[in-house]
Amino acid sequence: MTVADLHTLTGAYALHALPEDEREAFEHHLSDCEACAQEVKELAATAGRLGLAVTVTPPPAMKEAVLRTVAQVRQEVPGHGHPVHHASVPGRARRLSRLVLAACLAAAAGLGGVAVWQYDRADQAREEARQAQDRADAVAEVLGAPDARTTSARIGDGASGTVVVSRSRDKAVFVGAGLARPAEGKVYQLWFDDHGAMRPAGLIDSDRTADTVLMAGRIGDASGMGITVEPAGGSKQPTSDPVALMELPA
Amino acid sequence: MGLVARGDQEAFGAVYDAVCGPVLGLVRSVLRDPAQSEEVAQEVLVEVWRTAAAYRENRGSAMNWVLTMAHRRAVDRVRSAQAATDREQRAALLDRTPAFDEVAEQVEARLEREQVRRCMRSLTELQRQSVSLAYYRGLTYREVAELLTVPLGTVKTRLRDGLIRLRDCLGVTA
Repeated sequence: MTVADLHTLTGAYALHALPEDEREAFEHHLSDCEACAQEVKELAATAGRLGLAVTVTPPPAMKEAVLRTVAQVRQEVPGHGHPVHHASVPGRARRLSRLVLAACLAAAAGLGGVAVWQYDRADQAREEARQAQDRADAVAEVLGAPDARTTSARIGDGASGTVVVSRSRDKAVFVGAGLARPAEGKVYQLWFDDHGAMRPAGLIDSDRTADTVLMAGRIGDASGMGITVEPAGGSKQPTSDPVALMELPA
Repeated sequence: MGLVARGDQEAFGAVYDAVCGPVLGLVRSVLRDPAQSEEVAQEVLVEVWRTAAAYRENRGSAMNWVLTMAHRRAVDRVRSAQAATDREQRAALLDRTPAFDEVAEQVEARLEREQVRRCMRSLTELQRQSVSLAYYRGLTYREVAELLTVPLGTVKTRLRDGLIRLRDCLGVTA
Protein backbone atom coordinates (compact mmCIF):
# COMPACT_ATOMS: atom_id res chain seq x y z
CA MET A 1 0.00 0.00 0.00
CA THR A 2 1.36 3.41 -0.92
CA VAL A 3 1.66 6.30 1.49
CA ALA A 4 -1.10 8.15 -0.33
CA ASP A 5 -3.34 5.13 0.17
CA LEU A 6 -2.49 5.05 3.83
CA HIS A 7 -3.33 8.69 4.20
CA THR A 8 -6.89 8.17 3.00
CA LEU A 9 -7.39 5.74 5.89
CA THR A 10 -7.63 8.49 8.51
CA GLY A 11 -11.42 8.41 8.33
CA ALA A 12 -11.73 4.64 8.55
CA TYR A 13 -9.21 4.60 11.39
CA ALA A 14 -11.05 7.29 13.38
CA LEU A 15 -14.25 5.26 13.01
CA HIS A 16 -12.58 2.00 14.09
CA ALA A 17 -13.48 0.63 10.67
CA LEU A 18 -10.11 -0.91 9.82
CA PRO A 19 -9.54 -4.64 10.13
CA GLU A 20 -6.86 -5.53 12.68
CA ASP A 21 -3.94 -5.97 10.27
CA GLU A 22 -4.59 -2.72 8.44
CA ARG A 23 -5.01 -0.91 11.73
CA GLU A 24 -1.56 -1.94 12.81
CA ALA A 25 -0.05 -0.86 9.51
CA PHE A 26 -1.79 2.47 9.72
CA GLU A 27 -0.73 3.07 13.32
CA HIS A 28 2.82 2.45 12.25
CA HIS A 29 2.42 5.04 9.50
CA LEU A 30 0.78 7.42 11.97
CA SER A 31 3.80 7.51 14.19
CA ASP A 32 5.78 9.33 11.52
CA CYS A 33 3.09 11.31 9.72
CA GLU A 34 2.28 14.38 11.74
CA ALA A 35 -0.38 15.62 9.32
CA CYS A 36 -2.16 12.26 9.53
CA ALA A 37 -2.01 12.31 13.32
CA GLN A 38 -3.58 15.75 13.45
CA GLU A 39 -6.29 14.71 11.00
CA VAL A 40 -7.01 11.55 12.98
CA LYS A 41 -7.32 13.62 16.13
CA GLU A 42 -9.85 15.90 14.50
CA LEU A 43 -11.83 13.12 12.88
CA ALA A 44 -11.88 11.13 16.11
CA ALA A 45 -13.25 14.20 17.87
CA THR A 46 -15.86 14.43 15.12
CA ALA A 47 -16.78 10.77 15.65
CA GLY A 48 -17.19 11.58 19.34
CA ARG A 49 -19.83 14.13 18.40
CA LEU A 50 -21.71 11.41 16.53
CA GLY A 51 -21.53 9.41 19.74
CA LEU A 52 -22.93 12.22 21.85
CA ALA A 53 -25.86 12.47 19.46
CA VAL A 54 -27.19 9.06 20.51
CA THR A 55 -27.03 9.67 24.25
CA VAL A 56 -29.62 7.78 26.28
CA THR A 57 -30.72 7.96 29.90
CA PRO A 58 -28.93 5.19 31.76
CA PRO A 59 -30.83 3.06 34.26
CA PRO A 60 -30.13 4.37 37.79
CA ALA A 61 -29.11 0.91 39.04
CA MET A 62 -26.18 0.95 36.65
CA LYS A 63 -24.43 3.68 38.60
CA GLU A 64 -24.57 1.72 41.84
CA ALA A 65 -23.24 -1.34 40.07
CA VAL A 66 -20.32 0.57 38.55
CA LEU A 67 -19.48 2.41 41.77
CA ARG A 68 -19.54 -0.89 43.67
CA THR A 69 -17.16 -2.47 41.16
CA VAL A 70 -14.89 0.55 41.06
CA ALA A 71 -14.46 0.46 44.84
CA GLN A 72 -12.75 -2.89 44.37
CA VAL A 73 -10.74 -2.22 41.23
CA ARG A 74 -7.14 -1.20 41.55
CA GLN A 75 -6.14 1.71 39.34
CA GLU A 76 -3.21 1.74 36.97
CA VAL A 77 -0.43 3.97 38.20
CA PRO A 78 0.63 6.81 35.91
CA GLY A 79 3.35 5.84 33.48
CA HIS A 80 6.89 7.10 33.80
CA GLY A 81 8.03 10.16 31.92
CA HIS A 82 4.49 11.37 31.39
CA PRO A 83 3.63 13.30 34.50
CA VAL A 84 -0.09 13.69 34.94
CA HIS A 85 -1.08 17.28 35.43
CA HIS A 86 -3.69 17.29 38.07
CA ALA A 87 -4.41 20.98 37.87
CA SER A 88 -7.68 21.10 36.06
CA VAL A 89 -8.10 23.20 32.98
CA PRO A 90 -10.96 25.64 33.54
CA GLY A 91 -12.45 25.15 30.11
CA ARG A 92 -12.70 21.45 30.43
CA ALA A 93 -13.95 21.60 33.96
CA ARG A 94 -16.66 23.93 32.84
CA ARG A 95 -17.65 21.64 30.03
CA LEU A 96 -17.80 18.67 32.34
CA SER A 97 -19.89 20.47 34.91
CA ARG A 98 -22.16 21.61 32.12
CA LEU A 99 -22.61 18.01 31.11
CA VAL A 100 -23.16 16.93 34.67
CA LEU A 101 -25.84 19.55 34.82
CA ALA A 102 -27.27 18.22 31.62
CA ALA A 103 -27.52 14.84 33.26
CA CYS A 104 -29.46 16.47 36.07
CA LEU A 105 -31.78 17.85 33.48
CA ALA A 106 -32.75 14.41 32.33
CA ALA A 107 -36.12 15.03 33.85
CA ALA A 108 -36.67 17.97 31.57
CA ALA A 109 -39.18 16.17 29.48
CA GLY A 110 -41.29 17.59 26.72
CA LEU A 111 -38.53 18.61 24.35
CA GLY A 112 -40.25 17.80 21.13
CA GLY A 113 -41.53 14.64 22.69
CA VAL A 114 -44.91 13.22 21.97
CA ALA A 115 -47.52 15.10 23.87
CA VAL A 116 -50.47 13.09 24.97
CA TRP A 117 -53.56 15.13 24.73
CA GLN A 118 -56.80 13.98 26.19
CA TYR A 119 -59.54 16.16 24.97
CA ASP A 120 -63.19 15.55 24.42
CA ARG A 121 -63.22 17.35 21.15
CA ALA A 122 -61.07 15.95 18.42
CA ASP A 123 -60.67 19.23 16.58
CA GLN A 124 -59.48 20.96 19.69
CA ALA A 125 -57.03 18.14 20.21
CA ARG A 126 -55.78 18.51 16.67
CA GLU A 127 -55.37 22.23 17.08
CA GLU A 128 -53.52 21.78 20.36
CA ALA A 129 -51.35 19.10 18.82
CA ARG A 130 -50.56 21.32 15.87
CA GLN A 131 -49.56 24.14 18.20
CA ALA A 132 -47.45 21.76 20.25
CA GLN A 133 -45.77 20.56 17.10
CA ASP A 134 -45.14 24.14 16.01
CA ARG A 135 -43.62 24.89 19.39
CA ALA A 136 -41.54 21.73 19.24
CA ASP A 137 -40.35 22.68 15.75
CA ALA A 138 -39.48 26.18 16.91
CA VAL A 139 -37.58 24.74 19.87
CA ALA A 140 -35.77 22.26 17.62
CA GLU A 141 -34.80 25.08 15.31
CA VAL A 142 -33.10 26.96 18.13
CA LEU A 143 -31.42 23.86 19.53
CA GLY A 144 -30.27 22.81 16.10
CA ALA A 145 -28.92 26.19 15.10
CA PRO A 146 -25.22 26.12 14.22
CA ASP A 147 -24.56 28.88 16.74
CA ALA A 148 -26.66 27.48 19.62
CA ARG A 149 -25.02 28.24 22.97
CA THR A 150 -26.11 27.34 26.46
CA THR A 151 -25.78 28.79 29.91
CA SER A 152 -27.08 27.28 33.11
CA ALA A 153 -27.83 28.32 36.66
CA ARG A 154 -29.11 26.83 39.86
CA ILE A 155 -32.52 28.06 40.85
CA GLY A 156 -33.04 27.82 44.59
CA ASP A 157 -32.87 24.39 46.15
CA GLY A 158 -32.35 21.55 43.74
CA ALA A 159 -33.79 23.23 40.67
CA SER A 160 -31.88 24.43 37.67
CA GLY A 161 -32.42 26.33 34.49
CA THR A 162 -30.64 26.30 31.17
CA VAL A 163 -31.00 28.85 28.44
CA VAL A 164 -30.16 27.94 24.86
CA VAL A 165 -29.54 30.92 22.66
CA SER A 166 -29.20 31.16 18.92
CA ARG A 167 -28.12 34.63 17.85
CA SER A 168 -28.65 33.79 14.19
CA ARG A 169 -32.27 32.78 14.86
CA ASP A 170 -32.55 35.61 17.39
CA LYS A 171 -34.47 33.22 19.64
CA ALA A 172 -33.91 31.59 23.02
CA VAL A 173 -35.23 28.46 24.71
CA PHE A 174 -35.50 28.04 28.46
CA VAL A 175 -35.34 24.61 30.06
CA GLY A 176 -36.22 24.36 33.71
CA ALA A 177 -35.79 21.26 35.81
CA GLY A 178 -37.14 20.61 39.25
CA LEU A 179 -38.74 24.03 39.65
CA ALA A 180 -40.95 24.16 42.72
CA ARG A 181 -44.60 24.51 41.81
CA PRO A 182 -45.57 28.17 42.22
CA ALA A 183 -48.13 29.05 44.89
CA GLU A 184 -51.80 28.96 43.97
CA GLY A 185 -52.65 31.79 41.60
CA LYS A 186 -48.97 32.38 40.76
CA VAL A 187 -46.92 31.58 37.70
CA TYR A 188 -43.28 31.66 36.64
CA GLN A 189 -42.64 34.39 34.11
CA LEU A 190 -39.60 34.67 31.87
CA TRP A 191 -37.99 37.98 30.98
CA PHE A 192 -35.37 39.26 28.62
CA ASP A 193 -33.06 41.68 30.34
CA ASP A 194 -32.45 44.63 27.99
CA HIS A 195 -29.58 46.04 30.00
CA GLY A 196 -31.66 46.54 33.08
CA ALA A 197 -35.09 46.85 31.53
CA MET A 198 -37.08 43.64 31.82
CA ARG A 199 -39.11 42.61 28.78
CA PRO A 200 -41.79 39.88 29.14
CA ALA A 201 -40.75 36.63 27.42
CA GLY A 202 -43.58 34.27 28.23
CA LEU A 203 -44.87 32.09 31.07
CA ILE A 204 -43.98 28.61 32.20
CA ASP A 205 -47.04 26.37 32.29
CA SER A 206 -47.86 26.02 36.00
CA ASP A 207 -48.80 22.38 35.67
CA ARG A 208 -45.26 21.47 34.84
CA THR A 209 -42.17 21.95 36.91
CA ALA A 210 -39.80 20.58 34.29
CA ASP A 211 -40.37 22.13 30.97
CA THR A 212 -38.98 23.57 27.81
CA VAL A 213 -40.24 26.95 26.77
CA LEU A 214 -39.51 28.86 23.61
CA MET A 215 -39.01 32.34 25.02
CA ALA A 216 -41.47 34.77 23.50
CA GLY A 217 -40.10 37.52 21.33
CA ARG A 218 -36.69 38.19 19.90
CA ILE A 219 -33.47 38.25 21.86
CA GLY A 220 -32.65 41.60 20.29
CA ASP A 221 -30.21 43.49 22.46
CA ALA A 222 -30.95 41.48 25.59
CA SER A 223 -27.85 40.74 27.62
CA GLY A 224 -29.54 38.44 30.06
CA MET A 225 -32.76 36.78 31.16
CA GLY A 226 -34.60 36.42 34.39
CA ILE A 227 -37.40 34.45 36.02
CA THR A 228 -39.88 35.85 38.49
CA VAL A 229 -42.99 34.59 40.19
CA GLU A 230 -45.98 36.62 39.05
CA PRO A 231 -49.75 36.57 39.49
CA ALA A 232 -51.49 34.13 37.14
CA GLY A 233 -51.54 35.51 33.62
CA GLY A 234 -48.22 37.26 34.04
CA SER A 235 -47.26 40.89 34.49
CA LYS A 236 -46.01 43.67 32.26
CA GLN A 237 -43.18 44.39 34.66
CA PRO A 238 -41.70 42.11 37.30
CA THR A 239 -43.52 42.52 40.60
CA SER A 240 -41.18 40.37 42.66
CA ASP A 241 -37.48 39.70 43.04
CA PRO A 242 -36.17 37.30 40.42
CA VAL A 243 -35.71 33.67 41.41
CA ALA A 244 -32.94 33.52 38.83
CA LEU A 245 -30.97 35.86 36.61
CA MET A 246 -28.68 34.64 33.89
CA GLU A 247 -26.43 36.32 31.42
CA LEU A 248 -27.05 35.18 27.89
CA PRO A 249 -24.10 33.60 26.11
CA ALA A 250 -22.60 35.90 23.50
CA MET B 1 -10.03 13.26 35.60
CA GLY B 2 -6.98 14.19 37.62
CA LEU B 3 -8.87 13.52 40.83
CA VAL B 4 -10.21 10.27 39.42
CA ALA B 5 -6.69 9.16 38.57
CA ARG B 6 -5.78 9.71 42.21
CA GLY B 7 -8.57 7.45 43.39
CA ASP B 8 -11.22 10.02 44.22
CA GLN B 9 -14.46 8.05 44.00
CA GLU B 10 -16.61 11.12 44.38
CA ALA B 11 -14.93 12.73 41.39
CA PHE B 12 -15.48 9.51 39.50
CA GLY B 13 -19.18 9.74 40.35
CA ALA B 14 -19.31 13.16 38.68
CA VAL B 15 -17.47 11.86 35.62
CA TYR B 16 -19.84 8.92 35.56
CA ASP B 17 -22.84 11.24 35.50
CA ALA B 18 -21.36 13.18 32.61
CA VAL B 19 -20.37 10.30 30.38
CA CYS B 20 -22.67 7.41 31.21
CA GLY B 21 -25.58 8.45 28.97
CA PRO B 22 -23.40 9.00 25.90
CA VAL B 23 -21.45 5.79 26.56
CA LEU B 24 -24.55 3.65 26.92
CA GLY B 25 -26.21 5.28 23.92
CA LEU B 26 -23.22 4.70 21.71
CA VAL B 27 -22.67 1.11 22.82
CA ARG B 28 -26.34 0.38 22.35
CA SER B 29 -26.28 1.85 18.88
CA VAL B 30 -23.55 -0.60 17.89
CA LEU B 31 -24.65 -3.69 19.83
CA ARG B 32 -28.44 -3.26 19.78
CA ASP B 33 -28.95 -5.82 22.55
CA PRO B 34 -29.89 -3.83 25.69
CA ALA B 35 -28.53 -6.27 28.28
CA GLN B 36 -25.25 -6.75 26.47
CA SER B 37 -24.97 -3.01 25.92
CA GLU B 38 -25.34 -2.32 29.61
CA GLU B 39 -22.70 -4.89 30.38
CA VAL B 40 -20.23 -3.38 27.92
CA ALA B 41 -21.02 0.16 29.07
CA GLN B 42 -20.26 -0.87 32.64
CA GLU B 43 -16.97 -2.40 31.53
CA VAL B 44 -16.07 0.84 29.79
CA LEU B 45 -16.86 2.93 32.87
CA VAL B 46 -14.79 0.68 35.09
CA GLU B 47 -12.02 0.98 32.50
CA VAL B 48 -12.24 4.77 32.78
CA TRP B 49 -11.64 4.45 36.50
CA ARG B 50 -8.86 1.94 36.09
CA THR B 51 -6.91 3.80 33.41
CA ALA B 52 -7.75 7.42 34.32
CA ALA B 53 -4.04 8.14 34.75
CA ALA B 54 -3.48 7.40 31.07
CA TYR B 55 -5.78 10.21 29.98
CA ARG B 56 -3.90 13.12 28.41
CA GLU B 57 -5.55 16.50 28.09
CA ASN B 58 -3.46 17.38 25.06
CA ARG B 59 -4.99 14.51 23.13
CA GLY B 60 -8.55 15.76 23.40
CA SER B 61 -11.45 16.08 25.79
CA ALA B 62 -12.15 13.52 28.49
CA MET B 63 -15.53 12.92 26.93
CA ASN B 64 -13.91 12.03 23.66
CA TRP B 65 -11.36 9.80 25.33
CA VAL B 66 -14.16 7.87 27.00
CA LEU B 67 -16.32 7.68 23.88
CA THR B 68 -13.40 6.42 21.81
CA MET B 69 -12.87 3.68 24.38
CA ALA B 70 -16.57 2.86 24.39
CA HIS B 71 -16.77 2.65 20.61
CA ARG B 72 -13.65 0.49 20.42
CA ARG B 73 -15.07 -1.95 22.96
CA ALA B 74 -18.48 -2.10 21.34
CA VAL B 75 -16.90 -2.69 17.95
CA ASP B 76 -14.64 -5.42 19.31
CA ARG B 77 -17.61 -7.11 20.91
CA VAL B 78 -19.77 -6.95 17.82
CA ARG B 79 -16.98 -8.27 15.61
CA SER B 80 -16.15 -11.20 17.85
CA ALA B 81 -19.82 -12.06 18.12
CA GLN B 82 -20.42 -11.68 14.43
CA ALA B 83 -17.61 -14.01 13.51
CA ALA B 84 -19.87 -16.72 14.82
CA THR B 85 -23.20 -15.55 13.49
CA ASP B 86 -24.52 -15.38 10.00
CA ARG B 87 -23.76 -12.24 8.12
CA GLU B 88 -26.89 -12.14 6.08
CA GLN B 89 -28.62 -10.11 8.70
CA ARG B 90 -26.38 -7.31 7.61
CA ALA B 91 -28.70 -6.39 4.80
CA ALA B 92 -31.24 -5.42 7.42
CA LEU B 93 -28.80 -2.86 8.72
CA LEU B 94 -29.36 -0.77 5.66
CA ASP B 95 -32.92 -0.11 6.68
CA ARG B 96 -31.95 1.22 10.03
CA THR B 97 -30.84 4.70 10.70
CA PRO B 98 -29.15 5.66 13.95
CA ALA B 99 -31.37 5.34 16.93
CA PHE B 100 -32.03 9.04 17.22
CA ASP B 101 -35.45 8.35 18.65
CA GLU B 102 -33.96 6.52 21.60
CA VAL B 103 -32.00 9.41 22.94
CA ALA B 104 -32.65 10.86 26.28
CA GLU B 105 -34.44 14.12 26.31
CA GLN B 106 -31.56 16.03 27.75
CA VAL B 107 -30.67 19.49 26.74
CA GLU B 108 -27.10 18.70 25.77
CA ALA B 109 -28.08 15.49 24.06
CA ARG B 110 -30.83 17.22 22.24
CA LEU B 111 -28.48 19.96 21.11
CA GLU B 112 -25.93 17.44 19.89
CA ARG B 113 -28.55 15.41 18.12
CA GLU B 114 -29.99 18.37 16.25
CA GLN B 115 -26.55 19.57 15.22
CA VAL B 116 -25.44 16.13 14.08
CA ARG B 117 -28.69 15.54 12.26
CA ARG B 118 -28.34 18.85 10.44
CA CYS B 119 -24.76 18.12 9.48
CA MET B 120 -25.54 14.54 8.44
CA ARG B 121 -28.00 16.01 5.97
CA SER B 122 -25.18 17.96 4.38
CA LEU B 123 -23.40 14.73 3.36
CA THR B 124 -23.94 12.86 0.14
CA GLU B 125 -26.01 9.71 0.45
CA LEU B 126 -22.95 7.50 0.10
CA GLN B 127 -20.96 9.49 2.65
CA ARG B 128 -23.82 9.40 5.13
CA GLN B 129 -24.42 5.67 4.73
CA SER B 130 -20.75 4.82 4.94
CA VAL B 131 -20.14 6.89 8.07
CA SER B 132 -23.35 5.64 9.75
CA LEU B 133 -22.67 1.98 9.03
CA ALA B 134 -19.08 2.21 10.19
CA TYR B 135 -19.69 4.26 13.31
CA TYR B 136 -23.18 3.43 14.49
CA ARG B 137 -23.10 -0.20 13.40
CA GLY B 138 -19.45 -0.99 13.90
CA LEU B 139 -18.78 -2.34 10.40
CA THR B 140 -15.31 -2.38 8.89
CA TYR B 141 -14.87 -0.42 5.69
CA ARG B 142 -14.65 -3.72 3.82
CA GLU B 143 -18.03 -4.73 5.16
CA VAL B 144 -19.44 -1.33 4.28
CA ALA B 145 -18.14 -1.70 0.72
CA GLU B 146 -19.69 -5.15 0.44
CA LEU B 147 -22.98 -3.99 1.81
CA LEU B 148 -23.24 -0.93 -0.40
CA THR B 149 -21.63 -2.74 -3.36
CA VAL B 150 -19.08 -0.02 -3.98
CA PRO B 151 -15.31 -0.38 -4.42
CA LEU B 152 -13.12 -0.48 -1.30
CA GLY B 153 -11.26 2.65 -2.33
CA THR B 154 -14.52 4.56 -2.66
CA VAL B 155 -15.60 3.66 0.86
CA LYS B 156 -12.24 4.68 2.33
CA THR B 157 -12.49 8.02 0.61
CA ARG B 158 -16.15 8.53 1.55
CA LEU B 159 -15.42 7.78 5.21
CA ARG B 160 -12.68 10.36 5.17
CA ASP B 161 -14.34 13.13 3.19
CA GLY B 162 -17.66 12.47 4.95
CA LEU B 163 -16.01 12.92 8.33
CA ILE B 164 -14.14 15.98 7.14
CA ARG B 165 -17.39 17.54 6.03
CA LEU B 166 -18.97 16.69 9.39
CA ARG B 167 -15.96 18.12 11.19
CA ASP B 168 -16.32 21.41 9.36
CA CYS B 169 -20.08 21.51 9.73
CA LEU B 170 -19.91 20.77 13.47
CA GLY B 171 -17.02 23.15 13.95
CA VAL B 172 -14.84 20.51 15.60
CA THR B 173 -11.38 21.65 16.57
CA ALA B 174 -8.78 19.36 18.00
